[in-house]
Amino acid sequence: MDTNHSRRQLAAMKQSLFDQGLLDEQFIQLEELQDDANPNFVEEIVTLHYRDSSRLISSIEQALKERNLDFNKLDTLMHQFKGSSSSIGAKKVKAECNLFREYCRAGNAEGCMRSFQQLKKEHAALRKKLEAYFQVSRV
Amino acid sequence: MGMAAAESPFHVLAVDDSLIDRKLIERLLRTSSYQVTTVDSGSKALEFLGLNENDESNPSTPSVSPNNHHQEVEVNLVITDYCMPGMTGYDLLKKIKESSSLRNIPVVIMSSENVPSRINRCLEEGAEEFFLKPVRLSDLNKLKPHMKKTKLKDQKQGTEDKLDNSEVQQLQPQQQIQNDLQEAPKPQDPQPESESHLEQPQQSLQQANNKRKTIEQGLSPETDRTRPRYSGIATVV
Repeated sequence: MDTNHSRRQLAAMKQSLFDQGLLDEQFIQLEELQDDANPNFVEEIVTLHYRDSSRLISSIEQALKERNLDFNKLDTLMHQFKGSSSSIGAKKVKAECNLFREYCRAGNAEGCMRSFQQLKKEHAALRKKLEAYFQVSRV
Repeated sequence: MGMAAAESPFHVLAVDDSLIDRKLIERLLRTSSYQVTTVDSGSKALEFLGLNENDESNPSTPSVSPNNHHQEVEVNLVITDYCMPGMTGYDLLKKIKESSSLRNIPVVIMSSENVPSRINRCLEEGAEEFFLKPVRLSDLNKLKPHMKKTKLKDQKQGTEDKLDNSEVQQLQPQQQIQNDLQEAPKPQDPQPESESHLEQPQQSLQQANNKRKTIEQGLSPETDRTRPRYSGIATVV
C-alpha cells in the first residue's frame, strides 16, 4: 500500500532532519500534541511560525539598513524570532539566532550582518524541507 | 457520587503576546484537560480577571466589566509569558498578588531565557512555578496541586451554602496529599538536556516542595489568604 511507503519515507525524512541537527526534541513534543481531534497540529504551528518569522526577517532586514544600528531593537526582534523558532524545534536556526544576539550585545555590526545572512539561509533551507515533509505526510 | 458533579474542569488563563506560543500553550493545556482562555497582553488579562488596571475595583468604569459580576468565569491559574511589551509577566504577577480579590490565584511564569535573578524575582513575588520555554506537557503536571489548592479554598468558602460539602472537604485534602506524594520526588527532566533546563527543576521543585510541605501539614497555612475571592460581592471597596 502507498500509505506504508509514505509512512516509511516520512520517518526517514524526519530522521534525516534530526541527524543533520536541524530539528530537536521540541518537534517531537509537537507531534505528541497531535491527535485525531487535531490531526494537523504540527503543520499548523509550523505554518504560523513561518508567517511570524517572515515578518520578523523583514523587520530585521529593515533595521539592518539603518545608518546607525539600533542593537537593542535588533536584539528584541531576534529574541522574538528565536522564540518562534524554538517553539517548532528549529535547532540550527536557533543557534544562529544566539550568534546574532551575541553580536548585537557586542555591538558588532558586521558580525550581525554576516550571521543574519547565514540565519536566512538556514531558515529557508529548513522551510523547504519541512514543506516537503508535510507534503509527504498528506499522502 | 454526588460530588463528581461539583468538579468542573480547571480554568487556566494563558497570557502571551506571541500567537504561536498562545496556540501551543492552549493545546498543551487542553491536552491536559483544562479549560483555557488565552489573551495577548497583561492588561487584557487583568480585564478578563475583572480588575481595572488603575485601581482595585471601580464599578463605575465603563470599559471594564464590574469586578464582582465578572467572577462567574472562575480562573484557577494564570500562566503568563515574562517578556511582553507594555506590561511584563512580572508586572502582571505583581498586580495580581497586590489585589485582594485576585491574589489567591496561582500564577506561573514562562520565559525563553534562563536568568536566575529573573526566576528568583518571580518566585519571591509569589509565582508558583517558573517554566522555561518551550513548555512541555510534563511541565503542566506541576500545575494541578496549585489549582486544587484554590478549588479547595473556594469550596470551603461555600460551606455555608452547600450542606453536603463536608464530604467533599474530607476527601479532597487526602487526594491532594496523595497526588503530591506521588508527584513530589520526580525530577522534571529525565533526558540529558542542556543546562538551561537543569536549573529550572531545582528552582521550581524547591519552591513547590516547600508549598507541598505546608499542604501536608493540613491545608492553607495562609488561612488569611482564604479570604473571599469569589464571594465577590464582599470585596467591592
